[in-house]
Amino acid sequence: MTNLLIFAFIGIMWVLILVGGGILVTLVSKISISGYGDQMNFFIASVIKAIIALVLVVFWIFTLSKLKNIVFHKQLKT
Amino acid sequence: MQDYIIAAVITSVIAFFVVLGLVPPLIKSLTKKNWTVKDVNRIGGAMLPRPGGPAILAGIILSEISLYFLLPQERAITKGITAILITTSISFVIGFIDDRKVMSGWFKPLALVGAAIPIIVIGAYEPNLAFPLFGDVKIPALYLGLIIFMIPVTGNTINSIDVMNGIASGFMTIASFSLAIVLFILQNYSVAIMTLPVAFASLAFYKYHKFPAKIFPGDSGALTLGAAYGVIAIVGQIEVIAAIALLPAIINSFLFLSSVKRIVEHRQIKNPTAHTDDHKITAKKETDAPITLIRLLVAAKPLTEKEIGFMVFKLAIFSGILAIITALISGVKI
Repeated sequence: MTNLLIFAFIGIMWVLILVGGGILVTLVSKISISGYGDQMNFFIASVIKAIIALVLVVFWIFTLSKLKNIVFHKQLKT
Repeated sequence: MQDYIIAAVITSVIAFFVVLGLVPPLIKSLTKKNWTVKDVNRIGGAMLPRPGGPAILAGIILSEISLYFLLPQERAITKGITAILITTSISFVIGFIDDRKVMSGWFKPLALVGAAIPIIVIGAYEPNLAFPLFGDVKIPALYLGLIIFMIPVTGNTINSIDVMNGIASGFMTIASFSLAIVLFILQNYSVAIMTLPVAFASLAFYKYHKFPAKIFPGDSGALTLGAAYGVIAIVGQIEVIAAIALLPAIINSFLFLSSVKRIVEHRQIKNPTAHTDDHKITAKKETDAPITLIRLLVAAKPLTEKEIGFMVFKLAIFSGILAIITALISGVKI
């Protein structure tokens, strides 16, 4: 049972990677800023994209951490 | 195409037979110098020579140098091979220092940042991050951070899974062959061929590292393999897919870090497993023992070292298949 859970955990990580990539490409990469001059627009947009990407990574790790606690702690206690 | 096939065959043969031929004299030399460590999982605790890293490095370096002359002299190819040669060699030196003298937990990740710098200096990368199904994102500044992050991650991830006979070399064999298949599917033939030395060097080393091991790769061997894998992922522009093929090892690092909650040298922490009377490996019940992939594998019932190795390989094959599926669906755009 534990081994099946590890395979499932890998499968979930795979899906999270694909979904996370999808959010980055379809939503975050499209963000653009205007009104501050070309260079500043590019710089501000890059900073916003980087912050969103970092937030997504933190959320990804947080989700995995919660999942790990739910799935594996139970296994280790039994 | 014929040139590529000849290059692939020659480089694979060189990598495989150099490692296969160098390990026996290396075992003799290391044993003579008394460079041995205890195999804690072996009955009686046999002393085994370490590190096997020099043989692995020699196999990879010689075969990559042969590729330098065998593949077309295109700028991207020569830059890629040069990056593999330099970064892998620096990573080997970092591992070798750690083999000879136990350094702090931060030493390897920080030193491996230095090993990643040549990739940037040589310019052996494209600042696009390819996400399967959805396409590429151009991130020039952020990508430099990714390069600096990637080499320490792949190096340390492989190093952290090197806990039992045959696991690191066997795992790297499966992951590298998966990566080569992915690159062939994506029609990136030259980088696919650059991956073969890592795969065949791992396979040859596995012959001596599998249970019951005759030699340990040491940090120098594990970091050499991990760093080479990381450079190939960057040069081949398949960072995300390469991470998918490494998922069992990444999970191991993730579980470890999230339970220990700090960067620490693995030799300094409490062993997460124990031995039963019939010398199987079982999970420790202490709540403060770190959670690792191996501890989870033996949580339900104790297993022998050989059984644990095969279980890890099944996980590696599963991740490799996921990586190949990802490559196959990469042609589909949503």
